[in-house]
Amino acid sequence: MNNGTWRRIREIVRKEFRQALRDPRMRALMVGPPLIQLVIFGFAVNMDVERARIGWSDGDRTPASRELRAAFEGSRRFEVVAAPESEAETQAVLDRGEAQAVIRVLPGVAREIERGETAAVQVLLDGTDSNTAGIVAGYASQVIGRFAAQAGGGGSAQPGLEARSRVWFNADLRSRNYFVPGVVVNIISLVTLMLTAMAIVREKEIGTMEQLMVTPIRPMELMVGKLLPFGVVGMVDMALVTSLALLVFRVPLRGSLLLLVASSALYMLTSLGTGLFLSTISNTQQQALMSSFMFFMPAFMLSGFAFPIRNMPLPVQWLSYLDPIRYFMEIVRGIFLKGTGMEVLWPQMAAMAVFGAAIMGGSALRFHKRLD
Amino acid sequence: MKAVEVDNLTKRFGQFVAVDQVSLSVEQGEIFGFLGPNGAGKSTTIRILCGLLSPTSGRATVNGFDVAAQSEQVKQNIGYMSQKFSLYDDLAVEENIEFFGGIYGVPAAEREERKRYVMRMAGLEDKGGMPTRLLPGGWKQRLALGCAVLHRPPILFLDEPTSGVDPIARREFWDLIYQFSEAGQTVFVTTHYMEEAEYCHRLALMYRGKVIALGTPQELKRQAGLPSMEQVFVEMIEREEAGA
Ligand SMILES: Nc1ncnc2c1ncn2[C@@H]1O[C@H](COP(=O)(O)OP(=O)(O)O)[C@@H](O)[C@H]1O
Ligand SMILES: [Mg+2]
Repeated sequence: MNNGTWRRIREIVRKEFRQALRDPRMRALMVGPPLIQLVIFGFAVNMDVERARIGWSDGDRTPASRELRAAFEGSRRFEVVAAPESEAETQAVLDRGEAQAVIRVLPGVAREIERGETAAVQVLLDGTDSNTAGIVAGYASQVIGRFAAQAGGGGSAQPGLEARSRVWFNADLRSRNYFVPGVVVNIISLVTLMLTAMAIVREKEIGTMEQLMVTPIRPMELMVGKLLPFGVVGMVDMALVTSLALLVFRVPLRGSLLLLVASSALYMLTSLGTGLFLSTISNTQQQALMSSFMFFMPAFMLSGFAFPIRNMPLPVQWLSYLDPIRYFMEIVRGIFLKGTGMEVLWPQMAAMAVFGAAIMGGSALRFHKRLD
Repeated sequence: MKAVEVDNLTKRFGQFVAVDQVSLSVEQGEIFGFLGPNGAGKSTTIRILCGLLSPTSGRATVNGFDVAAQSEQVKQNIGYMSQKFSLYDDLAVEENIEFFGGIYGVPAAEREERKRYVMRMAGLEDKGGMPTRLLPGGWKQRLALGCAVLHRPPILFLDEPTSGVDPIARREFWDLIYQFSEAGQTVFVTTHYMEEAEYCHRLALMYRGKVIALGTPQELKRQAGLPSMEQVFVEMIEREEAGA
């Protein structure tokens, strides 16, 4: 590496920053996506059920059934918004979405409890949103279980069944904790991939790339000069998202911040390399944008960000091993939520290093100073 | 040594022959013109000479370096102004000059002086901070020329440098070309303006990938027995059409 090399790289880097910071569209691409994704996944897509709206259909009308209702209301997780009397009304309440569930206390429940028999309380759920339904069902059975334990307790012969599930790592089941660290991954991917591809292709489009190719600059210098600034932008976005995650969304960061930074840098080999590759196959900014999305969308779907990989069909699960974002997603969630370190995450790190070297190397070979 | 030596150069894009067995040579310090209608193959030839495209067959040297095998050495010896305007529109005048100066490796001691030279040459002495996109056409073109000669290349390739600018700006641009030539730099320039053909020391008429006439403007007019380059040009193309 001689003096000339550093000088040329520095010139490209400086020019790239100047252009990126002056161009309103580039500026928007740098801060827009992180903020939008954080708002969507931090606030809007809140999959937690704060207070479920339920209908209360009491066919028993005994002190016991009224106590059960009080137990539901007292749990602060439910709000009784309707009291359907008939089957048809129950149906209507659910169909209109007035309530997310209807609790139906069948006639004779109080008597059965008194006799120590198994009492049945029906929980009718609106299954359109299976996720919410699952959570509501869980809450409801907790309340019913607790109630049954108290009612049947008091020294009765029956020990009472206790079904207690415990959630690890995200104990209060906040979906935000699950999504917000994933936003770090999405943002780094999207920003580095798109900005890199766009910035290189823009030079092709306006003709300056041809001008650069006749200068004594080496392809490697041009490449490094082009990628470094967007690596920096990726890191700044990572820091921005992480800060907001910790300060605004109160997501825990249980692992090492240093490891998070290091793995982001490692991952950027892949995302910047992919951007570079896409720039070699696109001639217009539109093509670059299109191909970025065509790469990003499936990679995003398979990454496990929104849909758990273990719920996918087996062949799709295998396919997801080819998705570099998948590994980074596991690493970032591991660091944030479980506080895991290198000793656990090294296979993912190794996978990212392999992807990075292959993609960066392959694109570098395609990136030369000729038009044909 | 000739500045440019082209021997049976051919370039195909798929089945299409864009440059068809072209041979010519250019002396040091000469202003060599490349004249021809759109699509004749002028830009393709220049791009091959600059090492941007590889020839399909034949060979060419620039300042003694083979354009296919030694394209990096070729790039050390040339200045190139492509057909498209090729400065950064969103950078200021000075920023463009500094950028290309850095990329071309202009020594630190000369940088300031070269920058002032280019700004004087382009008539932009007091416009260093102006965004390049705001410059009128003629100034832009001269700035682009200035950026292409920052490193004092012995050979200049200018691809339609004056297209789209007014006649006065064109005249001023050619004054600069003469200055370079007098200083010993070789200028290889393409154009489709007939009056500019008269300014060249020697020129080649190109048509459908072939060089159909080669000589000084006087020679070409005398051979054809016609008073203007425009008429020579039309005559030559008609002859070529009839022969083909
Ligand atoms: N990369 C390319 N692929 C295919 N055809 C091309 C390419 N570049 C130029 N051509 C074709 O070669 C011919 C000559 O083009 P060009 O050298 O630009 O002509 P000129 O500069 O004389 O107008 C044109 O018909 C053009 O369409
Ligand atoms: Mg042309």
